[in-house]
Amino acid sequence: MKEIEARDVNFYYGDFHALKGISMDIPEKQVVAFIGPSGCGKSTFLRLFNRMNDLIPGSRLQGQILINGKDIYAPGVQVDELRKNVGMVFQRPNPFPKSIFDNVAYGLRVNGINDKKYISERVEESLRGAALWDEVKDKLNDSAYALSGGQQQRLCIARAMAVSPSILLMDEPASALDPISTAKVEELISELRKQVTIIIVTHNMQQAARVSDKTAFFYMGEMVEYDDTKVIFTNPRKEATQNYITGRFG
Amino acid sequence: MRKLVEKGVKWLLTLSGFVTSLVILLIIGFLFTEGAGLFRKKIIEEGYVLALNKENPVRTMTAEQIKAVFDEDVTSWKDLGGPDLAITTFRLEDVEKYFTEEELGAQYEYAGEKIAALVDANPGMVAFVPESMIPENAELNFIEDSNISPKDVFVGAEWFPTATPSSLFGMWPLLAGTLWVSFFAILFALPFGLSIAIYMAEIAPSKVRDVFKPLIELLNGIPSVVYGFFGLTIIVPLLQQVFGLPVGESGLAGSIVLAIMALPTIVTVAEDAMRNCPRSLREASLALGASKWQTVSKVVIPSSMSSIASGIVLGIGRAVGETMAVLMVTGNAAVIPHSILEPLRTIPATIAAELGEAPAGGAHYQALFMLGVILFFITFFINLCVEYISSRNKAKNR
Repeated sequence: MKEIEARDVNFYYGDFHALKGISMDIPEKQVVAFIGPSGCGKSTFLRLFNRMNDLIPGSRLQGQILINGKDIYAPGVQVDELRKNVGMVFQRPNPFPKSIFDNVAYGLRVNGINDKKYISERVEESLRGAALWDEVKDKLNDSAYALSGGQQQRLCIARAMAVSPSILLMDEPASALDPISTAKVEELISELRKQVTIIIVTHNMQQAARVSDKTAFFYMGEMVEYDDTKVIFTNPRKEATQNYITGRFG
Repeated sequence: MRKLVEKGVKWLLTLSGFVTSLVILLIIGFLFTEGAGLFRKKIIEEGYVLALNKENPVRTMTAEQIKAVFDEDVTSWKDLGGPDLAITTFRLEDVEKYFTEEELGAQYEYAGEKIAALVDANPGMVAFVPESMIPENAELNFIEDSNISPKDVFVGAEWFPTATPSSLFGMWPLLAGTLWVSFFAILFALPFGLSIAIYMAEIAPSKVRDVFKPLIELLNGIPSVVYGFFGLTIIVPLLQQVFGLPVGESGLAGSIVLAIMALPTIVTVAEDAMRNCPRSLREASLALGASKWQTVSKVVIPSSMSSIASGIVLGIGRAVGETMAVLMVTGNAAVIPHSILEPLRTIPATIAAELGEAPAGGAHYQALFMLGVILFFITFFINLCVEYISSRNKAKNR
């Protein structure tokens, strides 16, 4: 069942045509990887799904993006409701300058949940889900900045998962991490796919091959090819894809 | 050749650093030595004595008691530990009430003897006369003079630097005035300053901000006399009408003027701090479904709190040290204020107003330097606070 549909999406930063006529379907509870060289538009495309690009002045969208059949850019859509349903993990770990507990509880609190018992249950569940609970359970009131980079990134994943989204966007979640932390995050992704649909932008092709079910290759603002990950990495139909994954450019 | 130039530049920079530090140290040293001189000064005006009848057992009087006696607030020796006897005060200018010009002589050459005789004849009399006038063989008692004590200066409640025979240098009214005005100034400036900063950092479209920000920074460049003038012609009459005061010059007027003056500092620092809040934190908050206002109040403001706090402290520093505008609108009554609607006087205003009249090297002059020392410590403490807050901020962001 398809959860996300993009229909002929064009996106402009001022005069710059960043995304050119992209259409794709993303099925439920799958991991989809976006790959491509820097500046190809994959992050821009990712940020359309939770309307993060709204913050950029002078940007413009044509076409439609539907989540569960509803156009998320239709007038009257509650952006905060949408973002509650579509979580996001960023390239660099960006915990708030608050305690570990408050970081995870933040999303619940801003969405009007005040039940302390429920919040602490949810925090524990999310931290367990992010494989961080055992490392932090004794120091929940310490500053999140006291954690290592990899722990911080897993904390950010826990924070995003605490509000129970159905889609999780990950914008190069492991690019700022060391190999061991990267492996943990990847492990986490294969764990989380049971609960949510994941779209992950990555520069690392091995990573895309390891974690994803489907892969889309972007180049110069166009989606060159979108297929099962196996097909993309073993038998791509387009020459550009072939060149990119074999490392001839990019 | 190039090496030589580089060496020259290096020496020049070192030298300028040294010279600057030296000058600063000299200024501080000067301030402290002059100020400390106050405590080596005597209570009774230099060169004068307080002469009593030889029967009178009273030997010591504090500066406050001397002032009370000569203001005729204290009229019996009983209050000073002496016999039940009315006090008669005698100042040199009273001499012609008691004696004719012939008796005193053309050059007052007989005045000393006459006064000594007068005091001898009046058991309740205390005479304030130049030491040199008193004949050596006169059988009189003198009040023992003592040094001005730090206690009287720092917690004394009366500031009468020009009173004779003994001046009062109680700095508490001035200190209280300074603190009151600064406190209320910050109380007014804070809500406005923060609202403006939040508006400019978060809400205002960039075009509005481009106009607004330079405008607010311009406020910093207006000379304080102009603020004082504005306060005197607009705020003072307004307060007088609104609160029905006998005089509009009051602590409140000073606070309002100071609040306006502290505003640019607070706004600029707070706005910069909020705009420097990392975009990634905002995005993280928004991506969790927080509204813009939730993001501002729960993430942006807390994360820039320490910068905002140092902006506030800097604003306080400006308020504490501000002289001219305050001098013009506060009414300058050196009494401990009971309400912000009363006239009061601040430390900087006192120094500015009185230094010109105080004879160099005298107790009054040195008392003003002592005020400068107090002011120095207050601002020094405030700067320490700023340092502490911003260093904590750096440690947190590491």
